[in-house]
Amino acid sequence: MRTLVQFYNSSVGKKLIVGLTGFLLISFLVIHLFGNLLILRNDGGKAFDAYAEVLPQILIIRIIEVGLFLIFLIHIITAAYTWLLNKQTRGQNYKVRKPGQTSQLTSRTMFLSGSIIFIFLVVHMRQFWYNSRYEAGEHYSMYEVIKATFSEPAYGIFYLIAMFLLGFHLRHGFQSAFQTFGLNDEKYSSIIEWCGVIFWLLIPLGFAVMPLYFLLKF
Amino acid sequence: MNFTLKIWRQHNRNSKGKFVEYKAANISPDMSFLEMLDAVNRDLAKKGEDVIAFDHDCREGICGSCGLYINGRAHGPQRGVTTCELRMRHFQDGETLVIEPWRAKSFPVIKDLIVDRTAFDRIIQAGGYVSVDTGSAPEASSIPVPKEKAEEAMDAAACIGCGACVAACKNSSAMLFISAKVSQLALLPQGNAERKIRVQKMVEQMDKEGFGHCSNTYACEQECPKKISVTHIARLNREFIKSIIC
Amino acid sequence: MVLNSKIPEGPIQQKWDNHRFNIKLVNAANKRKYTIIVVGTGLAGSSAAASLAELGYNVISLCYHESPRRAHSIAAQGGINAPKNYKNDGDSIWRLFYDTVKGGDYRAREANVYRLAQVSGNIIDQCVAQGVPFAREYGGLLDNRSFGGAQVSRTFYARGQTGQQLLLGAYGALSRQINAGKVKFFGRREMLDLIVIDGQARGIVTRHLETGQLESFVGDAVVLATGGYANTFYYTTMAKHSNCTAIWKAHKKGAFFANPCFTQIHPTCIPLSSEYQSKLTLMSESLRNDGRIWVPKKTGDTRSPKDIPEDERDYYLERLYPSFGNLVPRDVASRRAKEMCDKGFGVGPTKLAVYLDFADTIKRNGKAWVEEKYGNLFDMYYQITGEDAYQTPMRIYPAAHYTMGGLWVDYNLMSTIPGLYVIGEANFSDHGANRLGASALMQGLADGYFIIPYTIGDYLASSKLQKVKTDHPAFKESEKNIQDFIKRLLSIKGKQTSDEIHKKLGKVMYDYCGLARNESGLKKALELIPQLRDEFFKDVNVPGTDNNLNPELEKAIRVIDFFGIAELIVRDALHREESCGAHLREEYQTQDGEALRNDEKFSYVAAWEYKDDGTSWELHKEPLIFENVKPSTRSYK
Ligand SMILES: Cc1cc2nc3c(=O)[nH]c(=O)nc-3n(C[C@H](O)[C@H](O)[C@H](O)COP(=O)(O)OP(=O)(O)OC[C@H]3O[C@@H](n4cnc5c(N)ncnc54)[C@H](O)[C@@H]3O)c2cc1C
Ligand code: HEM
Ligand code: HEM
Ligand code: SF4
Ligand code: F3S
Ligand code: FES
Repeated sequence: MRTLVQFYNSSVGKKLIVGLTGFLLISFLVIHLFGNLLILRNDGGKAFDAYAEVLPQILIIRIIEVGLFLIFLIHIITAAYTWLLNKQTRGQNYKVRKPGQTSQLTSRTMFLSGSIIFIFLVVHMRQFWYNSRYEAGEHYSMYEVIKATFSEPAYGIFYLIAMFLLGFHLRHGFQSAFQTFGLNDEKYSSIIEWCGVIFWLLIPLGFAVMPLYFLLKF
Repeated sequence: MNFTLKIWRQHNRNSKGKFVEYKAANISPDMSFLEMLDAVNRDLAKKGEDVIAFDHDCREGICGSCGLYINGRAHGPQRGVTTCELRMRHFQDGETLVIEPWRAKSFPVIKDLIVDRTAFDRIIQAGGYVSVDTGSAPEASSIPVPKEKAEEAMDAAACIGCGACVAACKNSSAMLFISAKVSQLALLPQGNAERKIRVQKMVEQMDKEGFGHCSNTYACEQECPKKISVTHIARLNREFIKSIIC
Repeated sequence: MVLNSKIPEGPIQQKWDNHRFNIKLVNAANKRKYTIIVVGTGLAGSSAAASLAELGYNVISLCYHESPRRAHSIAAQGGINAPKNYKNDGDSIWRLFYDTVKGGDYRAREANVYRLAQVSGNIIDQCVAQGVPFAREYGGLLDNRSFGGAQVSRTFYARGQTGQQLLLGAYGALSRQINAGKVKFFGRREMLDLIVIDGQARGIVTRHLETGQLESFVGDAVVLATGGYANTFYYTTMAKHSNCTAIWKAHKKGAFFANPCFTQIHPTCIPLSSEYQSKLTLMSESLRNDGRIWVPKKTGDTRSPKDIPEDERDYYLERLYPSFGNLVPRDVASRRAKEMCDKGFGVGPTKLAVYLDFADTIKRNGKAWVEEKYGNLFDMYYQITGEDAYQTPMRIYPAAHYTMGGLWVDYNLMSTIPGLYVIGEANFSDHGANRLGASALMQGLADGYFIIPYTIGDYLASSKLQKVKTDHPAFKESEKNIQDFIKRLLSIKGKQTSDEIHKKLGKVMYDYCGLARNESGLKKALELIPQLRDEFFKDVNVPGTDNNLNPELEKAIRVIDFFGIAELIVRDALHREESCGAHLREEYQTQDGEALRNDEKFSYVAAWEYKDDGTSWELHKEPLIFENVKPSTRSYK
């Protein structure tokens, strides 16, 4: 326990936790994306509804879900705590700063992009997850709910913005996690960069296809 | 060349500082940044005014004493040079230069542009060495070290402890500095015996000193006058993980 | 007082072993009852403080930098010698010993030099174990290069940053002892006085550079490792803060000063371009391996070097020294460059420079080859001058660089004040009249790691030491004197800065006591120096206060001691009526301008005793006896 507290209290320890949870979240996103892609099957949502219905009934999924929430929680709390601590390290601030010349915007705005993703998540949970678990009646069709939601431009656009920021967050986050795990090396850095494209570009793009699909189709 | 300087003046640790404007006239483009300040100081001293205090010694980029935050950049806008190596020809004639000390809570200002960087020493004291008593060393060539490893260790060992990495980092993190030492000694067989304890102690001390967490923004690498690579931070992280798991 | 060098009996190879056996040891448990003050944290100071603490002594370590790691040793580029003979090229302890004695033009103490050569191998072992990343071969073993005119490859190096890496190694060892509580380190403290009680060195008084507070430290012995005094010349390759205050104060308290006129001028430095330039930058001597030095054949030739055709150029070193060419030793190369400029052949805006040209090498081997070998030096040259040396030749000029002279010490490295030890560049050292490349680092670390830890115990074990505290009147009196003196400086309020007057002093030194010296010039300098000192006390302006960080006050305090040492340098140069090593008296040279030694009259160490009137010194001589290396004339033709 003591070592765990020590680990959490150490700066590198916290960094590792954010990195690890962040990475697990990315893995979740991959699965989530593939599930959601069923929406795009042109069958009026049959396949997707079936998937959405079965999922919550499997025990293991419920357990994983709890774990997933925990991971989100740990990621957010640790990241926010770190951010808070970091705010206090400067003291008197500089009069002139030109951080743009030395670092990427995405890396400096992780907390901001993360926070907006957080807002998105709250809305997203309320809409889809909470409804499907606690409000769903006999003939609840997840597909219809999604369709209804995304057909409303305000929501659709909100989702698109959120996906943009997710890409933003992952643009830095993906390779950053490798650095955090100590896997960054002159030899691998370009491979990591390229793999990163899949994650920060394709995944958010994949998600964005859904609101776009409904926005444009209807 | 002529410049308008806005310089942070602060009487001592406890007093509140402020920016004061000075003119630097007839500056030769070949002068170093510190020589430009020397010229301003000479005029101040002749008038009997307290000169602008800044740290310096070797004036050739190796002692790590100098370090100014110039127009929003640590050691000025050039890459891979210290403030003493920076030449005025890299600035525009007539430009206004805002000159500030390194800003970090762990580097309190002592006077004007001089900060107290002894936190770095305490981090090294916590474990940034190989524990070998004088006289107990084996014959130098008894342990071969692959050339690439030696070279990479040398890359890391080039750190001059100037603190620009802290000054530039948005979190005032000292990760690049400590990683340079951890990495150097992790790469060499001589550092092997203490590698676990070293990384833990040094990180612990860094946190105690109040430096921030590294969030991998890499500004430090850009501002480091010795171009220490952030891959050394990655190696530190690896060492840290290993020290816990293995 | 008779100088006793305490050289042990026996054949030279066994002197050090015999001595270590014969000297008294301090019982392990008793060591912690002693406190040793080590001033300075360069290679010598850091290594000594760490090694003494490892043995169990309590150590107080001080320096004027904020951190031990910033000491001037950090700037050494080239390398460190050790006769490991890894290259199988015939190196040996004897050869290093021989080279050093010969290189020093037979003005060093044989026994010390031999010991230095003996322990130098251990230094490399120690540094490697500390994690110093020396250059390696592909097989993983240590690489060596030849350096400074040696015929064998015995120089260990870590890129162009050997001094930095060695110092960081010693700093690590020191840090470890600070962490263990055996060393108490005090940064930003400048030693301003040595306290001698009952004839023994018992403490120092320092000024805290941040607060101006005067503090006293008591110890059972004091070790000075405060570096050289080359900054007397103002424009030098030394760090800006390097100064002679510590050794000068000790000198005034009774420590003899040996061979002050042995000051080395390094040939390959970037010349002065404007009066605001703050210092001169050394460029590695290795440049002379592939660059060709020349001046125009016509005086006052202002053409761009490209427009000067081959047959109007004078490659004077190649002309004068057909066999060594551009690779003659430092003193010779420096002297010839100055001569050329004095005759009006100098180039560049100040006419105080000669060309170092790589055009031929670039033509022969290609730019890439040159870039790989010397790229960082070309970059440095570009940074400073804004000129691309691949296109146009570099301009170089000699600059004061190192001081072989220093406080006189015996074989134990103890000065003439019992309990005061002097190590590193601060002592008169093992380099005689001229130091060879890569041997200062070796000497500093030898003194600190492997000599003083033994010899200091002998003194502590065999001396009666009174109990002394900082309230002893000697400390109080010294503090009071310093305070009054600082008040006086602050109240002058004249028109010049300390730097301006220091520059004038430097010019006098370069003009009359630099590369070449003669009687009338030296006498002239002896008139000018006191005048400048008077000017200083009348016309200096030291702004700011004494209870705060005050860079101008720091400078002023240091400049005063430079006046003292300048005068002694000149006196020593005047008295030494011969040419040897770096000391060239124009009256004493061969027909073709080579140094002419006078072994009959001057084969001794000149140790000067300070007299209380402040203007006179008594000369003591330590005869130098050469039993193992026969003095001969150096020739590089
Ligand atoms: C540019 C350059 C390159 C060189 N290259 C080489 C090379 O390649 N090979 C080689 O062998 N040699 C080289 N040398 C010479 C060598 O670096 C020095 O001779 C050597 O480092 C001196 O070490 P030191 O420990 O005696 O003193 P220094 O390193 O000068 O340390 C002096 C210490 O004393 C302290 N100090 C001084 N006065 C006081 C005071 N009054 N109060 C408190 N503290 C004080 C300082 O803070 C500092 O810590 C070079 C020198 C220069 C200038
Ligand atoms: C819900 C709100 C979120 C917040 C507030 C948040 C915040 C943060 C913060 C502050 C960091 C640290 C960045 C740094 O060290 O510079 C971070 C890193 C990271 N985040 Fe998030 N994040 C959130 C959601 C997510 C999501 C949904 C994912 C993935 C799908 C994710 C993946 C990552 C990754 C991979 C990292 C990199 C970790 C590292 O630097 O080692 N984050 N996040
Ligand atoms: C725009 C595309 C998206 C669609 C169509 C979508 C759809 C859904 C649906 C239908 C659910 C409920 C599933 C169930 O009942 O089990 C759900 C849950 C969830 N979604 Fe999304 N989602 C999208 C994007 C995202 C993004 C980008 C994130 C994360 C940053 C995210 C995080 C979650 C989480 C954490 C849950 C709850 C956990 C779960 O039940 O698996 N979703 N999503
Ligand atoms: S890592 Fe670079 S910036 Fe940081 S202290 Fe070392 S040299 Fe300076
Ligand atoms: S800039 Fe700061 S965030 Fe890390 S990578 Fe460098 S220490
Ligand atoms: S003064 Fe030494 S690095 Fe700048």
